[in-house]
Amino acid sequence: MPKIKLAENTIQLILNICTEFENKESELINVLHKVQNKLGYLPAEVQEVIAKGLNCSVAKVYGVVTFYSFFTMIPQGEFPISICMGTACYVRGAEQVLAEFKRQLQVEVGESTEDGKFSINCLRCVGACGLAPVVTVGEKVFGRVAPSEVKKIIAEYREGCRDDSKTA
Amino acid sequence: MDTVNLTIDNKPVVVKEGITILEAASGIGIDIPTLCHMKLDDLNIENKPGGCRICVVEVNGRRNLAPACCTNVHDGMEINTHSMRVINARRTVMELILSDHPFDCLICAKSGNCDLQDMAHKLGIREIRYKGEQSTYREDTSPAINREIDKCIMCRRCETMCNEVQTVGVLSAINRGFESVVSPAFEMNLDHSVCTYCGQCVAVCPTGALTEVDETGKVIRALSDPSKTVIVQTAPAVRAALGEEFDMEAGTLVTGKLVAALRRLGFDHIFDTDFAADLTIMEEGTELLNRLGKHLAGDKDVKLPILTSCCPAWVKFFEHQFPEMMDIPSTARSPQQMFGAIAKTYFADKLGIKREDLVVVSIMPCVAKKYECGRDEFKTNDNPDVDHAITTRELAALIKLSNIDFKSLPNEDFDNPLGESTGAAVIFGTTGGVIEAAVRTAYEVHTKKELPRLDFEELRGMEGIREATIDFDGLPIKIGIAHGLGNARKLLEDIQAGKSKFHAIEIMSCPGGCIGGGGQPYHHGNVEVLKKRQVAIYQEDKNKAIRKSHENPHIVKLYEEFLGEPMSEKAHHLLHTSYFDRT
Ligand code: SF4
Ligand code: SF4
Ligand code: SF4
Ligand code: FES
Repeated sequence: MPKIKLAENTIQLILNICTEFENKESELINVLHKVQNKLGYLPAEVQEVIAKGLNCSVAKVYGVVTFYSFFTMIPQGEFPISICMGTACYVRGAEQVLAEFKRQLQVEVGESTEDGKFSINCLRCVGACGLAPVVTVGEKVFGRVAPSEVKKIIAEYREGCRDDSKTA
Repeated sequence: MDTVNLTIDNKPVVVKEGITILEAASGIGIDIPTLCHMKLDDLNIENKPGGCRICVVEVNGRRNLAPACCTNVHDGMEINTHSMRVINARRTVMELILSDHPFDCLICAKSGNCDLQDMAHKLGIREIRYKGEQSTYREDTSPAINREIDKCIMCRRCETMCNEVQTVGVLSAINRGFESVVSPAFEMNLDHSVCTYCGQCVAVCPTGALTEVDETGKVIRALSDPSKTVIVQTAPAVRAALGEEFDMEAGTLVTGKLVAALRRLGFDHIFDTDFAADLTIMEEGTELLNRLGKHLAGDKDVKLPILTSCCPAWVKFFEHQFPEMMDIPSTARSPQQMFGAIAKTYFADKLGIKREDLVVVSIMPCVAKKYECGRDEFKTNDNPDVDHAITTRELAALIKLSNIDFKSLPNEDFDNPLGESTGAAVIFGTTGGVIEAAVRTAYEVHTKKELPRLDFEELRGMEGIREATIDFDGLPIKIGIAHGLGNARKLLEDIQAGKSKFHAIEIMSCPGGCIGGGGQPYHHGNVEVLKKRQVAIYQEDKNKAIRKSHENPHIVKLYEEFLGEPMSEKAHHLLHTSYFDRT
């Protein structure tokens, strides 16, 4: 078991959220949602506190966290990149777009770059199938993204990175 | 009670409302195949995820096939359990399951005992028309249990046992779709989790995904080493179950054949864990009377109730989950460990050999015992008191490997001095037995009178939590019994809340006690098997000439020659232990 080493006030914040949902195991998803909104991600220690707060097993919490792709155990980058993997996007080449993002940033899905600027996530259908394949960076939506455009999108967010030689 | 009328395979039936198609069919001798479903009736254990869809049947007027294990009967239903459509669907489901299952049958630990293999055979699967990706997952091994999750079919039985029955909460389905597996939190290995090694997940896993760590190789090696003296102890519950591995009726007592088989396997001395169970009663019973005496004298510091401590999974459970209550259980070691401690001192001295040259093997109904004998506090200079613990199933495998025709073996007797035991020790194998044995001795020691009766029916049975008051000659002693860790948790929470009325509580991790241990022959979901083993255990008790631990002549002698008296300093050193906060 990882020992809980969170700051006291973070623990309290999580426990308060649990109390808000009456410490009910059936509210697990809602609790996770709210905690992730506050903390940005759900590392192991946070899940342990939630398990305590809802009086259920950590395995159960972890089971739910890993079931929904919305939840993440890794801190997101300053600019979280999400690639839609819904059927429409997939058919129109989302996979190649994803591969290009991974290649450009040298990170896997669910990870963030060393400088903390970018992270990559996959989403199930975001409901913008007309624009497939869809990529979101933060709140901004990019439609009909082709692999060749990936470099440009990244550059838009990476200040001082116009120097193409750096992105191998 | 409301009833409904329906037909199953054209047979009209009248059944209770609210039961499933599966139950209705089985009532008239129609055996609908199931894979994920499991129900242990008297223990209130049911796994009903409706996931595998092997049990589908055709219901007239319903478009889709219905899973029989989780569809209730309705008035006027017409059910067909083996139409062409049903059989095709079942076989397709089976082929799909198999298309993502390793083809390891020939070398799988579960081969011959695997529900998946049996189902493939029953459904007559001869080819698999689907080719797809095969999931691969790392193997996880621990001191007691191996997880080979490639072989998991996501029936979720282990989750039901671990979470609902045992309330340990180690296992959960994680990830989604093709990636989903059953795993501890954060995909940590079992030995980093709060797993108690009770083995109840192993006992119900239909495939080879969960198995005990196989130590038969180590035992064979020890037996063939001429420089070692190899002795063996066998736990009470083994004799009431081993026969099943040789196609004998459940509940057949095979004590004599068991001894004969061990002798033929080449062990130098065949001893009995029951001897150490008698010793446990001497120590634990004395501890109970001490605490009780102080309590009655008005000592406020003394903790009651006292809890039994012979089950290693239970010990690990409270070390993880109730560390603030570690002063309540008895400090007595389990019989397995008492045996080891006496064997490597008293008996090694008698033989005039060093402890390193004595190998102690134990035959246990249990997988947690493998973990227990590896605990550091049970070692001297790194040499464990018990070297290898193998399960009833592993012993059966060794016997088969050694060309021994078990059924035709004669009945033989245990060796002395560590082979003599009483009826009180035998009943350690079932829920309620340890406390009954303790009562038989504590009563006589406390009252200095002979017990008017030896059979305490009020302590017996299969109810998850039981209680009884035993009259100690005017002193009412309140006793609680729990088997299954979920039931134990309830009694512990009462103690925590100051609501417990008991003086003594017996706790066993496995439903039924050790007769239902994780290392016993597989019961395949049939609770009758456990009940028959329980009957056998009480029968063995009745057969014994001596039925009270303190009357075991070799125990009396052991105290005279070696230990002094119960709870003496030497007894403390060798027969008691301490617990560790594992949070
Ligand atoms: S051995 Fe017991 S505690 Fe451990 S995972 Fe299996 S059921 Fe849970
Ligand atoms: S490990 Fe065994 S019991 Fe658990 S879900 Fe998989 S097949 Fe079922
Ligand atoms: S009840 Fe018996 S078989 Fe089960 S874990 Fe405890 S000692 Fe082992
Ligand atoms: S046995 Fe009914 S769905 Fe698995």
